[in-house]
Amino acid sequence: MLTRRIIPCLDVKDGRVVKGTNFIALRDAGDPVEQARAYDAQGADEVCFLDISASPEGRSTLIDVVARTADCVFAPLTVGGGVREVDDAQRLLEAGADKISINTAAIRNPRLVADAAARFGNQAIVVAVDARRRRDASGTWEVFSHGGRTPEGLDALAWCRQVAELGAGEILLTSMDRDGTRSGYDLELVRAVVDAVSVPVIASGGVGQLSDLADGLTIGGADAVLAASIFHYGHHTIGEAKTFLAARGIPVRPPGA
Amino acid sequence: MIAVVDVCSGNLRSVEKALAHVGGAPVVTQDPDVIRRADKVVVPGQGAFGAFTAGLAERGLEGALREALAAGKPFLGICLGLQVLFDDSEEQGPVAGLGLVPGHVVKFRPAAHEDHLKVPHIGWNPVRRVGHAGDPMLAGLPDEAHVYFVHSYYVVPSDPSVTVLDCEHGVRFCAAVRKDNLFACQFHPEKSQHVGLRLLANFVERA
Repeated sequence: MLTRRIIPCLDVKDGRVVKGTNFIALRDAGDPVEQARAYDAQGADEVCFLDISASPEGRSTLIDVVARTADCVFAPLTVGGGVREVDDAQRLLEAGADKISINTAAIRNPRLVADAAARFGNQAIVVAVDARRRRDASGTWEVFSHGGRTPEGLDALAWCRQVAELGAGEILLTSMDRDGTRSGYDLELVRAVVDAVSVPVIASGGVGQLSDLADGLTIGGADAVLAASIFHYGHHTIGEAKTFLAARGIPVRPPGA
Repeated sequence: MIAVVDVCSGNLRSVEKALAHVGGAPVVTQDPDVIRRADKVVVPGQGAFGAFTAGLAERGLEGALREALAAGKPFLGICLGLQVLFDDSEEQGPVAGLGLVPGHVVKFRPAAHEDHLKVPHIGWNPVRRVGHAGDPMLAGLPDEAHVYFVHSYYVVPSDPSVTVLDCEHGVRFCAAVRKDNLFACQFHPEKSQHVGLRLLANFVERA
């Protein structure tokens, strides 16, 4: 049976990890490669780099980070941030990424999703969707772009269906309401998107404790859970998360298996 | 020297680095003559089946691959590098494959009551040994080893005895085949952490 994935995510800016971690025994806690190695050693099912560099120069360092990671980490690597054209995706894949995450550029040009999927296969294309609950009684969510700053007027469920049809092999779904709050995933949002599409959904935004991961996988029905601070700051290891989930009957890849 | 055949698809660097990590001497190549000189051949692959077979044809690689197999060189196919060995795939087709292993490539089609089964099949899934318990490629691998898959189509060999590993995703499907000097797997050993590195080390050391 397919196991549920636990994916630590690292925000990278100008080639450096933005929020340093409290891992001990790292020579350089700001180096994304070192961080990725540490997560790999803990048994992470996948590692995600999200580049938030503002400048082209900053972004070009990402290629080097990905290449150096692929030299020593033999686990799946998803990379997002600043992918605007098919050629951007190609450079990251050639450097050693397995999956490319596209966000704002997919909204500006939905053809990009189809073109990238046709070229690299839909399994290599993740569309990242940042959604915020509408402040009305509609019970719906709106898509935001540019790191959650710009409202796009798109309905999140309709957009997820559209990108899945265009060729996205996976959806990385972040609740802008919950991101950074440590109050748990927006489980209604996760469940709504899981029910709306047939491709895997990665839940993101809001994890504060291990039970939030379990809720995302069971109540939310997500195929994978992404988290940052709960792992970065050493509150919990990947192994502890897996032990916790396994004890609740959730299928996970046992550490060391 | 291990020829890692570059057929226009995705992440070859990981395969190259993983083989080097376990002591191999990989050379990424599109040159049929490099394949002819190689001691062993690896065909990784991602993307669409039709684009992959077209890439093989454009680069004139098909003949060199057939020669390598006929010469008994250890051969490792990964993902599309497994699928392309079969007669045909229904991906955007049917599209003809190399016909080296009789059988077909079909899509996962979860039944209506199985909507928890996602396609693509992405993630870690344990594989089960089927016969061939002594296959050198599987030496040192744990039973029910978890390996990393990312695919929407799977192979259905006409001769079930070629299957050495199988896996479950709604259906039990073939996860690896063995035929003479040919071993090919649907999962990605280069992304399967220590389990995958063990398998690649077996290819480098024993095959």
